[in-house]
Amino acid sequence: MRSQLQNEILLLQGFRPLNSAAVDLGLGPVKDAFPNASFPLGAVHEFLSPTAENAAVTSGFIAGLLAPLMRSGGTSLWISTSRTLFPPALKNFGIAPDQFIFIDVKREKDALWAMDEALKCGALAAVVGEVHDLSFTASRRLQLAVEQSRATGFVLRRGAGNVGTTACVTRWKITSLASEPIDDLPGVGFPHWQVELLRVRNGRPGAWNLMWERGAFRPVYKLPPFFHEQKKKAG
Amino acid sequence: MRRFVSIWFRHLATDWFTLRRPQLRVMPFVLRAPVQGRMMVMAANACAQIKGVHAGMALADARAFVPDLEVLDDMPDLAGKLLKRLAEWCIRFTPLAAVDLPDGLLLDVTGCAHLWGGDAPYLADIVRRLNIRGYDVRAAIADTPGAAWAVARFGKEPLVIDSGRHIEAVLPLPPEALRLEAEVVERLHKLGLRRINQFIQMPRASLRRRFGQHFIMRLDQALGHEEEPIQPVQPLEPYQERLPCLEPVTTATAIEIALQQLLETLCLRLRNEYKGLRAAVFKGYRVDGKVVQADIATSRPSHNVKHLFKLFEIKLPTLEPALGIELFQLEAIKVEDHFPRQDKLWEGGGGLEDERLSELLDRLAGKIGAESIHRYLPTEHYWPERSFKPAASLQEKPTTIWRDKLRPIQLLAVPEKIEVSAPIPDYPPMLFRHQGKVHKIVKADGPERIEQEWWLQQGQHRDYYHVEDEEGRRYWLFRLGHYDDKTYQWFLHGFFS
Repeated sequence: MRSQLQNEILLLQGFRPLNSAAVDLGLGPVKDAFPNASFPLGAVHEFLSPTAENAAVTSGFIAGLLAPLMRSGGTSLWISTSRTLFPPALKNFGIAPDQFIFIDVKREKDALWAMDEALKCGALAAVVGEVHDLSFTASRRLQLAVEQSRATGFVLRRGAGNVGTTACVTRWKITSLASEPIDDLPGVGFPHWQVELLRVRNGRPGAWNLMWERGAFRPVYKLPPFFHEQKKKAG
Repeated sequence: MRRFVSIWFRHLATDWFTLRRPQLRVMPFVLRAPVQGRMMVMAANACAQIKGVHAGMALADARAFVPDLEVLDDMPDLAGKLLKRLAEWCIRFTPLAAVDLPDGLLLDVTGCAHLWGGDAPYLADIVRRLNIRGYDVRAAIADTPGAAWAVARFGKEPLVIDSGRHIEAVLPLPPEALRLEAEVVERLHKLGLRRINQFIQMPRASLRRRFGQHFIMRLDQALGHEEEPIQPVQPLEPYQERLPCLEPVTTATAIEIALQQLLETLCLRLRNEYKGLRAAVFKGYRVDGKVVQADIATSRPSHNVKHLFKLFEIKLPTLEPALGIELFQLEAIKVEDHFPRQDKLWEGGGGLEDERLSELLDRLAGKIGAESIHRYLPTEHYWPERSFKPAASLQEKPTTIWRDKLRPIQLLAVPEKIEVSAPIPDYPPMLFRHQGKVHKIVKADGPERIEQEWWLQQGQHRDYYHVEDEEGRRYWLFRLGHYDDKTYQWFLHGFFS
């Protein structure tokens, strides 16, 4: 009875369950933070990335989320005013870069307009917008657009400006962590991130450590340091 | 009674060459083409014909006749194209004008001649106007196409055959005038039948037995016993719609209504003909004599009113009505085939083929310009900046695969110079300074050497290192040049995720 009521409330809040709920983004334990334990598709997500390094990590995380969405041949748009994304690198995340269409605009206003138009079109797997600032009004427009078309939007906020309230469903911050060695070999290992879910509507915010290993997310649970030493001794 | 005009272009191809190069008018010249390995004369102009050169001669023979003969290459299909254009022009004389290959036109002029004051002035006008255009023609008018054809080519003046007298006109002509096959004509000549009236009285059964059914058909067509259908040319109507206004309009709403109406009629026609427009212009003729216009382009053929209206909607504010627009005109400049696609039963994942996607891109291109939309395909280059190329269209497929090498997700357009301390040659640096901040390198991979492609660009190679600093941030650094060159430099090129 209570869960039914909860679902009805979610529906009223524009949080419709998708018929394509089968799409699993492979987020593992992060899923439990969302209502209905499924990543909210058909919504706008906001990512904070104050530095260039942050932007790189966030683009990687978004690419990891997009890979399952685009696996069936879907197309995505990458809208930006100052794009540094290197298309061939998307292949590392299992996305064919030719399935991406890049829109490079000069003004922030045009980027938001293009994102709004793209989100209204139901033919896209996802729309990624790189902007510096996102006002509440602009985020509200985007949210209204996706409620009609059920498209998924990712807003990558570059720059360390003040972060106000937005109408986005979630707010994330991804920071890089020391990479996990591959089979205890020296050198740079698999990408390793701290994924912070700062805000989520009707869910529980939290922080997780995830790594991108051979085309999938894998949660990393911090083990007490003595475990490593024991393992070393045993090995 | 039906009336037909047959126009014979005596030097169709050579007249066309003369029109393009007027100095050829007084020179003997021929058009040549290889036939079974020999150079043959395909056409000769009037000057050359006077000197005994005619079509079908070997070019060497013609040169022997006329030493200063000008020789040009023949253009195949020229006659067909020229005659089609001339037939379309002849619609000024009659609505039914047909091409009559290889060197003539056939007009069905039933009920047209009286507008020119009778057959003779009508025919004279046709000949005069074609002469002004530069073509040497002979035209005849008769009751049947066959008789008109025969008289135009073989008859004597006058070439106007009165109604009902075409049989008399045909009788004294040679059998070639009946449009027969060459071997039939040859056989008739062998038998001494040099004029039509010599064999017209013969029993039809024996004529059919000796010369075949085709001979009988041609004879009947010339004499009017058998109907001869002609295929008139139909000029392509431009995809254009006009909407005059009773009163000049000035408001945006009125312009939108006009556009909507024009689009609906144009798209209805396009849909019925399985066409779609790729580019269109919407023009408004103003009271003060000026013309304002807005143009759009689509990435694939479309006849979707809603979509096209949206494309125009962005441009409409640029139309200045001033004192008012009194006439609207919508024209599709570029039209392509557009066959209906079978709709999917379920909503697809939305691939590149999706029409909604191309409509979205059209809208974006309309506002922010088509040059800001990019899609990339892989190319066979290791140099990072050259490893991809812009795709020409949404449908273009990659010709090679995307390499699965580890590459930074963010790549700086211009590598940034950094200060580095590196211990020994070919070892990754220990620390580097970028934008005033020192990064101590904890882990590193490399070097990955990428050589210059000397056929494209000269310069030094790059040794790339994938490094991670103590805070877990990952970078792509490279050293330009050899370590022991003393002129090497370090750069930061990208950020890994």
